[in-house]
Amino acid sequence: MLHMKDKKMEVSAIENGTVIDHIPAKVLFKVIAILGLDHIDKPITFGTNLDSKKLGKKAIIKLSETFFIDKDINKIALVAPQAKLNIIKNYTVVEKKIVEVPDEIIGIAKCVNPKCITNNEKIVTKFQVISKTEVQLRCHYCEKITNQENIEII
Amino acid sequence: MKNKSLVSITDYSKDEYLRIISIAGEFEKQPVQPIMQGKVVANLFFEPSTRTRLSFESAVNRLGGRVIGFSDTLSSSVTKGETLYDTIKIVSSYCDLIVMRHPLEGSARFASELTTVPVINAGDGANQHPTQTLLDLYSIYKTQGTLENLTVFIVGDLKYGRTVHSLLMALSQFKTTFHFISPDELKIPDEYKFYLHRLGLDYHERKELAVDVEKADIIYMTRVQKERFSDPIEYEKTKNAYVLKNKMLARTKDNLKVLHPLPRVSEIEQDVDMNPKAYYFEQARNGVYVRQAIMTSILGLK
Repeated sequence: MLHMKDKKMEVSAIENGTVIDHIPAKVLFKVIAILGLDHIDKPITFGTNLDSKKLGKKAIIKLSETFFIDKDINKIALVAPQAKLNIIKNYTVVEKKIVEVPDEIIGIAKCVNPKCITNNEKIVTKFQVISKTEVQLRCHYCEKITNQENIEII
Repeated sequence: MKNKSLVSITDYSKDEYLRIISIAGEFEKQPVQPIMQGKVVANLFFEPSTRTRLSFESAVNRLGGRVIGFSDTLSSSVTKGETLYDTIKIVSSYCDLIVMRHPLEGSARFASELTTVPVINAGDGANQHPTQTLLDLYSIYKTQGTLENLTVFIVGDLKYGRTVHSLLMALSQFKTTFHFISPDELKIPDEYKFYLHRLGLDYHERKELAVDVEKADIIYMTRVQKERFSDPIEYEKTKNAYVLKNKMLARTKDNLKVLHPLPRVSEIEQDVDMNPKAYYFEQARNGVYVRQAIMTSILGLK
């Protein structure tokens, strides 16, 4: 039993890189798109539909030799506000980070309203975050609310 | 308020509402004053709205200012594919104030951020039409002598009606008791109910127009539009339930006034027009005084 467990650990552990944990399973592919992981040539391991007390079903991403700046990683807060990051150096967690939904979102998401000026003219979108747990964005221009399930990343 | 754009009703505070109401009262007493002489107002109507456009033009003319602009996009460079960005940049160098109506929501906010010339939103799609709300407030103030502690019935399309949402936001500053009367399909959105709840304001919601009508100080009627219903049979069944008839006003308060942002279709029967409680045509006239007040405040003339 102990031998089996060790072996499993060895497969999934990374030497240097980033582990993104506590991603709701249903948004895994959105997170992949937001971070542009489909364009990374370093080894990446995904796990999804794993049991989680907090999220029901969660997903996890392990990225070798890949690190993010806060500005980029905070983009995923729109779809995975409870996500946690572990920065791994030499098989050891050297830093833990939580993603933070900013008060204002500029240029990441698309307004849900097809009649909004931002969907019809070349304008950088801008939202006030009115709820951070279930993310709700109020468009600075048309004042309509985009809910978490409707968030489309530009 | 000087040089400050008016895009959304929440751009103004309660004090600013009251200030506009007070100045509008002065203009009602003396509508012709040459204080806008030498000022040019650009009326940019990217979609037609005859009533609103004429009301602004009348307001400017009575103050001695001049109006440039267009009344639909057929006669403007927008037809040639010019962006709103370019139109606003260019027009800004021709005028002291921009009044704009546009079918896209958020267009007025966008325009106001492109120029130092103040912008008055005369309607951006289904979003905001703040000068309508201010003239509603003026009409209510004028007929009731106050805006505080009134009981206001709002009837019809409470889901999509932009005048309803803006009026609710503005009146909520004055401890209003709301009665929302609409078919199920067109109920007031939850976000507004949460908002009133947070402010600790009392509201009632129901489907029947005739109930409790003796409590009302104001009945604000709106159009129930056929295209809002997914089921045309449902529309036929409900449309007659939201028609105000003269006999319904029999038991109402003496101070009651019936308001409507107009145009009306069939939701107020014509026999109501003769009742002194009908106020919608005077309401439209108040629009000119209120727009005079808004423009002169923004230009720093009042």
